[in-house]
Amino acid sequence: MPYRMHLMVCAGTGCVSNRSLEFRDALDKEIRKRGLNNEIQVVTTGCNGFCGVGPLMVVQPDGIFYQQLSSKDIPHLVEEHFLKGRPVRKLMYVPPELKVPVPKMMDIPFFSRQVLIALRNRGLIDPEKIDEYIARDGYTALAKALTEMTPEEIMNEVKISGLRGRGGAGFPTATKWEATRVAQGEPKYVICNGDEGDPGAFMDRSIVESDPHSVIEGMAIGARAIGARWGVVYIRNEYPLAVQRLQIALEQAREYGLLGEDILDSGFDFDITVSRGAGAFVCGEATALVAACEGRLGEPRARPPRLAEKGLWGKPTCLNNVETWANVPPIIHRGGGWFASIGTEGSKGTKVFSLVGKIKNTGLVEVPMGITLREIIYDVGGGIQGDKKFKAVQTGGPSGGCIPSQLIDLPVDFETLTEAGSMMGSGGMVVMDEETCMVDVARYFLTFTQDESCGKCTPCREGTKIMLDLLSKITDGHGTMEDLEALQEVSKVVAEASLCGLGTSAPNPVLTTMRYFRDEYLAHIEAHKCPAHVCRQLNTYRIDPEICVERGHGCGVCRRECPEKAIFGDKNQPHRIDASLCNKCGTCVDLCHFNAVIVE
Amino acid sequence: MPKLKLEDLAELREKARKATSLRDGAARVRVTIHMGTCGIAAGSRKIVEAALREVEQRDLQDVMVSTSGCAGLCSREPMATVEVIGEAPVKYVDLTEAKLKAIFTEHVVGGKIAEAYALAVGSERTY
Repeated sequence: MPYRMHLMVCAGTGCVSNRSLEFRDALDKEIRKRGLNNEIQVVTTGCNGFCGVGPLMVVQPDGIFYQQLSSKDIPHLVEEHFLKGRPVRKLMYVPPELKVPVPKMMDIPFFSRQVLIALRNRGLIDPEKIDEYIARDGYTALAKALTEMTPEEIMNEVKISGLRGRGGAGFPTATKWEATRVAQGEPKYVICNGDEGDPGAFMDRSIVESDPHSVIEGMAIGARAIGARWGVVYIRNEYPLAVQRLQIALEQAREYGLLGEDILDSGFDFDITVSRGAGAFVCGEATALVAACEGRLGEPRARPPRLAEKGLWGKPTCLNNVETWANVPPIIHRGGGWFASIGTEGSKGTKVFSLVGKIKNTGLVEVPMGITLREIIYDVGGGIQGDKKFKAVQTGGPSGGCIPSQLIDLPVDFETLTEAGSMMGSGGMVVMDEETCMVDVARYFLTFTQDESCGKCTPCREGTKIMLDLLSKITDGHGTMEDLEALQEVSKVVAEASLCGLGTSAPNPVLTTMRYFRDEYLAHIEAHKCPAHVCRQLNTYRIDPEICVERGHGCGVCRRECPEKAIFGDKNQPHRIDASLCNKCGTCVDLCHFNAVIVE
Repeated sequence: MPKLKLEDLAELREKARKATSLRDGAARVRVTIHMGTCGIAAGSRKIVEAALREVEQRDLQDVMVSTSGCAGLCSREPMATVEVIGEAPVKYVDLTEAKLKAIFTEHVVGGKIAEAYALAVGSERTY
């Protein structure tokens, strides 16, 4: 005889530990006692998930959900619901007040403004499983390029796309490929520049870590178009996870015959080796990189001859950035025209930026060229941390410059950023607020470039040192107007006469900050003040006597911790700082619970 | 492993799609933990272990746990994406082992989005 009711008692781990089996046995006993055991079946089920409110029971076919049950509830429950047909409200599940419903992804500006081409597989595949790359159309473009297109047709597609190098210079990719193709010499090489030396930039790392096959496939397609036999991925050693995943990906591609000889029976041979960097920013420069690959000292050389004519081992070499290569498969798969439909007149497609600094949403964003800085900072980025005032955004790393808040509606592309005095660079975007000192920013970048200068050419070797010394003098409070003039002059020489891009672009942070934030330089030099209070030597620290007494009761913490013993005062009395002893370390500011120390 | 021919590539693509797609019956729920350097630095290895533990302890035959690279919003790592068959994927952020456990209870098994920890529902615009 069919049962009229099923009682599904949860016997998952959570409920069992809450004595659900005991409950079930007691329930069974009661059902039998009432003579209902032929009509009502007690069923033990597995976990249904809502462990937080166990022991649970679902009554079918009513679909009523009882929760937080105990054996003492049974007689009443059986009487009321199972005999008299009146469900027991007080034992039922009541959903908690729904707070804000979960927003849709396309309603959140961080996601909705992004267009993923280079990052097309982000979050969707396991980078250590080539099958997952293939499931999302991976290697379809390579198959098309090898079996349905001639090298000229591949080249043409890239030309139509308008793809420009994503490593910083923005050189037209098809032009570089063509130059390598027509050059004399065998074998030819394609290189992937994975050095990514700019502080704050991690786009390339993410691409190699999360989607290494996108780079492999791009290089294979490029090699086919150019007529290259070998590829090298030069990747900085500071990216161990990227190196590891790349090597796994190469192995898996070889296993499938997607690298090696006679790929997909097309007669095309191509394979890739990995060359690891050794901690030199200058090796991101193309000729220095090639030197490093050859085992020589990583120093640049004069050009011409370009790498396209004489590169790795003296042979024609095409060097492109990670992100550039990652864009190639979609261009072949969907067509150059599609790619060219995104972006601006001169800058097609998208760009990946690493959005960092005083921004709420820190991460990697891929946006169409032409989006404004305002949209990147406030829509995608979510605005400034702590809702402070936006001051400037630094683009292009140590080779770039600071763009001030008045230019926030600038559409971002290669040309506009260069006109504003900065450059696109590799995509690092450091957001700064009112608490950033722009002179200090310039000094920071010069410290970096000076350290990384290879020393081969005099303008860079000597010039960056001079610039750094001048900037340090200014931030220490000893700068003069003559120093400012000297800074300008030396910057000009370094920019014009250096052998490679490291030197020629090293003055950029200085030049843009002097252009847009001259008042801060003047404050440091003439007033001996740092408006952002970052340059400690220019700060004056004093204790507000009222706050110290009324709120802090002269607690004396600062007095005890001051390394110079420069603070005086008794308990319950206002404390004071002797400026002549103060070394401006700022410890008292950090320690005071009552914000009684004023920085001026 | 024999070298792929052109037709093999197409076949492999179909097979791989089925193996990873919920629609084609591979599983009912897919939980993806994001493991870029950002995620790993924030502690996502523990989250993966917790997820695998949940599957084992609850004996969830129809749930697959997978990993992927960086999801893009590095400041909110550790992150995970939960996709239930027939529903849009949900991105969870700022995870801890305790939150992951609650997400399994409420969403993976219970079928309701764990709203307290969810950032967004849906997929990105990707090519």
